[in-house]
Amino acid sequence: MPKLTIDGLEVDVPAGTSVLQAAEQLGIEIPRFCYHDRLPVAANCRMCLVEIEKMPKPVASCAMPAGEGMVVKTQSPAALQARKDVMELLLINHPLDCPICDQGGECDLQDQAVAYGKDRGRYTEEKRAVVEKDMGPLIKTAMTRCIHCTRCVRFLTEIAGVPELGMVNRGEHAEITTYVGKALTSELSGNLVDLCPVGALTSAPYAYTARPWELKKTESIDVLDAVGCAIRIDARGNQVMRVLPRLNEDVNEEWLGDKSRHAIDGLAKRRLDTPFVRRNGRLEEASWNEAFAVIQDKLGGLPGSAVAAIAGDLADAESMFALKLLMDSLGSPHRDCRQDGAALDPAVSASYRFNTTIAGIEQADALLIVGSNPRIEAPVLNARIRKRFLKGGFAVAHIGVAADLTYPAQHLGDGVDTFQAVVDGAHPFFEVLKAAERPMIVLGMGALCRDDGARILGAARYLADKVGLVKDGWNGFNVLQTAAARVAGLDLGFVPGQGGLDTRGILAAARAGDIGAVWLLGADQIETNSLDQAFVVYQGHHGDVGAQVADVVLPGAAYTEKSGTYLNTEGRAQRAARAVFPPGEAREDWKILRAVSEVLGKPLPFDSLEALRALMAEGCASFAGIDKVVPGVWGDFGENGALNPALGPLGSAVSNYYMTDPISRASPTMARCTLEIGGNAKARTGTDG
Amino acid sequence: MLRDEDRIYTNLYGFEPWSLKAAKARGDWDGTKAILAKGRDAIVGEMKTAGLRGRGGAGFSAGLKWSFMPKGEGPLPHYLVVNADEGEPGTCKDRDILRFEPHKLVEGCLIAAFAIGAHAAYIYVRGEYYNETKVLQAAIDEAYAAKLLGPNACGSGWAMDVYIHRGMGAYICGEESALIQSLEGKKGQPRSKPPFPAGVGVWGCPTTVNNVETIADVPTILRRGADWFVGLGPENNNGTKVFCISGHVETPCNVEEEMGIPLKELIEKHAGGVRGGWDNLLAVIPGGCSTPMIPKDVCDDVKMDFDSLRNVRSGLGTAAVIVMDKSTDLVAAITRLARFYMHESCGQCTPCREGTGWLWRTMARMEKGDATVEEIDQLLEVTRQIEGHTICALGDAAAWPIQGLFRHFRPEVEKRIAARRADAKSRVA
Repeated sequence: MPKLTIDGLEVDVPAGTSVLQAAEQLGIEIPRFCYHDRLPVAANCRMCLVEIEKMPKPVASCAMPAGEGMVVKTQSPAALQARKDVMELLLINHPLDCPICDQGGECDLQDQAVAYGKDRGRYTEEKRAVVEKDMGPLIKTAMTRCIHCTRCVRFLTEIAGVPELGMVNRGEHAEITTYVGKALTSELSGNLVDLCPVGALTSAPYAYTARPWELKKTESIDVLDAVGCAIRIDARGNQVMRVLPRLNEDVNEEWLGDKSRHAIDGLAKRRLDTPFVRRNGRLEEASWNEAFAVIQDKLGGLPGSAVAAIAGDLADAESMFALKLLMDSLGSPHRDCRQDGAALDPAVSASYRFNTTIAGIEQADALLIVGSNPRIEAPVLNARIRKRFLKGGFAVAHIGVAADLTYPAQHLGDGVDTFQAVVDGAHPFFEVLKAAERPMIVLGMGALCRDDGARILGAARYLADKVGLVKDGWNGFNVLQTAAARVAGLDLGFVPGQGGLDTRGILAAARAGDIGAVWLLGADQIETNSLDQAFVVYQGHHGDVGAQVADVVLPGAAYTEKSGTYLNTEGRAQRAARAVFPPGEAREDWKILRAVSEVLGKPLPFDSLEALRALMAEGCASFAGIDKVVPGVWGDFGENGALNPALGPLGSAVSNYYMTDPISRASPTMARCTLEIGGNAKARTGTDG
Repeated sequence: MLRDEDRIYTNLYGFEPWSLKAAKARGDWDGTKAILAKGRDAIVGEMKTAGLRGRGGAGFSAGLKWSFMPKGEGPLPHYLVVNADEGEPGTCKDRDILRFEPHKLVEGCLIAAFAIGAHAAYIYVRGEYYNETKVLQAAIDEAYAAKLLGPNACGSGWAMDVYIHRGMGAYICGEESALIQSLEGKKGQPRSKPPFPAGVGVWGCPTTVNNVETIADVPTILRRGADWFVGLGPENNNGTKVFCISGHVETPCNVEEEMGIPLKELIEKHAGGVRGGWDNLLAVIPGGCSTPMIPKDVCDDVKMDFDSLRNVRSGLGTAAVIVMDKSTDLVAAITRLARFYMHESCGQCTPCREGTGWLWRTMARMEKGDATVEEIDQLLEVTRQIEGHTICALGDAAAWPIQGLFRHFRPEVEKRIAARRADAKSRVA
């Protein structure tokens, strides 16, 4: 614990702390460009120079370990002069084009130039110009602005694990470039824009659309995967302009996946902004009252057992809760929140959660991934696995279709037979798990959505006992969900009631004519052909496949347009906030359901969101505390029985990272990513487009 | 003047073969086993007493550097790295050691590696030294064949391997931490210190990096004893040194001389004197291009050692003496050096990446007189903005020659600027 003095203040810091970090503990901010507390230290910008007594030269405080008895001066004339010197040199080849730079207003260089820059330049020679680099559809480059801090290189190499950027050439000619002049393939590439302290890397879809000071900032939660990253929604007027990550050490640290960041242009496309009613085989615009009248007419005459509800992947807990109560009051036990038919057991809450927690990954010492590709299912969570890997002493194995996970994972095989071998102890990795102090298994939807999913779950449960996945203070059994709504739906009991049918059963019954009406709460990834006979109400925000088979469409709100609660894959209750209003006639979903219940003569027992939430929390402890994880209850789950290799290899539930839900499917940016990054680019002919 | 019997490099001119047989005849590999038998501490102690200052330019005590290595054998292997990436313009001493006295280096590697607890030495040879590398490799092979290297080097029981790594010609890779990066297969960019190589060096292991001449000096010092070495040269600047004399002299040469020899004597005795006589001398760059130049009046009586040259605000550096007579356009010469540093800057840290180009561009204008007198002060300010603010010493090296020029020859530049202005005015009129 070296003790040092910084600007006359004494501080004790753990050994290995840098002078810059020690100063931060005292609330002294030392300017910096290249230093970032989550990246390896480069010490190349030289902006953080400080004076240290008994040292002949100014010292880069980011790279200097705090030493016993050091006397550091961050504000001495020499230190300030050193920073001014560096600032001038940073600016001589910088284009100073702030008025046309998207970083303007949130630029580190701009801010620090105010503090340390001169009001005019002395450099009269020709400035350097650097050719732009093509980094794909998400990142716009203006490399002349680059100050060579290499944050981008270090992020991609260390955090993202996709070393596709580097610095080539020497001296003045040094340039950051993609090694092979092609688009970055990282799912986390959007973070480069946040990391870049200048305007060299800016967001391409956001280019020239808004200035930071025009934007209204709303702190919210991302729902485009099941990680529940903390985000900030920046809106101008009633339009979401961009989404940025927020700090949440327990979930996303400060990273965000590209889909969560850039799918937002899908929020303005294909929106359902008015109710529709099917007349003469065509969906026609209608008023709310007309739509309600049709619903009253069709549902009023049906017995409860002929009505069913399916919730989609983006549904908030409140609307699922309201729909569940509505179905109860109609006397229907048929409901399911597992539109993909995943074999998740709602009776045992620990059986469908990421029990280790995301932050808990860092404590694990062995990991087996089964039927999942976390890199595309949950890139931020995958970055946490990589972070754990980088610390060393972490054995990772993968069963499923071979994929580059950004860290070396031993590929054991791609079929259930390999998994069975591990479960039986016949595979050497069984011993690795068994020997580990804190072993982990991650089961993906690629395994659980199969017909033998329940048996895979049962086999994993058996393995949990065999290798000691669950012990005092440690639960290494994890299910990686891909749907933001899923854990809340299971916790709330949005699953078949007594004698009720699940998704597969509902669809079969609808086909057979046993179920006459189906309520789709944003459910699109189902076999909609089965619903031809039934009366279908689609409540949602996008005109995706669900709306196409509907007889009545009720326009709902997307996640940026309502206050909603979500449980992420860990079971962490988090609240999304309203950043903008739903478009046109669209309404918040719980309100729609409350209104429908009134029309059907079975009013739901709440009149406000607060009352609804109070009722919801009463029935389910998961919602009692926001931002908290209520640990799942461990028990027996899954089925015994032989796994079926004939069903093919264990894939991932996500085939295209950039398009997984109605919002990202509607997004032009995601379409470009699919084409250019997703490897789906085909040779274009003259007749394309 | 150095007596012949005090010479370390008796085959500096290659008059005799470099082979093991000839080297042994000159005294190399004599009693190496006995030297090693003294033990690690005794060798380091003897080297400290000898006060051999690093011959690569910085002049840091070799024995002291060795003593920074962790004692005993820890979990990580130790490494000796020999810096043969001789890139400092004007310097060509290591080259002659590599091709004419390779066995001094190989023997030195064994002793130095033993003294720091290393079983492997890497010699990082400048890529352009192709033939020299071949000679050195042949010498290493001879040593292996004679069991002077290998699992039981010289019968001492110490396992020793020596490897050659060829660089690709980047000046910056002569900086020890950039050299380490390059050796690891990475881009040659200096690392920030701390940690120093003795703690975290090649592949994260404790490492000592020494210059070729430093290592090649070691066997002779230990054979003849520290007292002999201390007896040569002024206090704290002990021993002999290979000087590389180039430029406007009658017979440019490498010559081994005693430290502290007067510059005038060095030039006149060994290089045939300045072209056109001593009075035709304008200035001398005394230690390779990164040391500031000294004008003739300083040259008249300065002594060639670390401390004497530091006292005249220059440095001994690599002892590459570049002599410039009165025909020299000093501004053009320093402009050329500024361009060299701009070209060789690794581009990693701001002051050097941005500043070296600024220096060169301004100097290029000053060479033609196309500048203002105020810009001289601005230029010097920029050199101070670079100096001391960078990760490695290349920034300092880029700043010093320019500072040296203006320290002694500012009026020359001012005159040139004034002349150009007058010329321009007369054309307008």
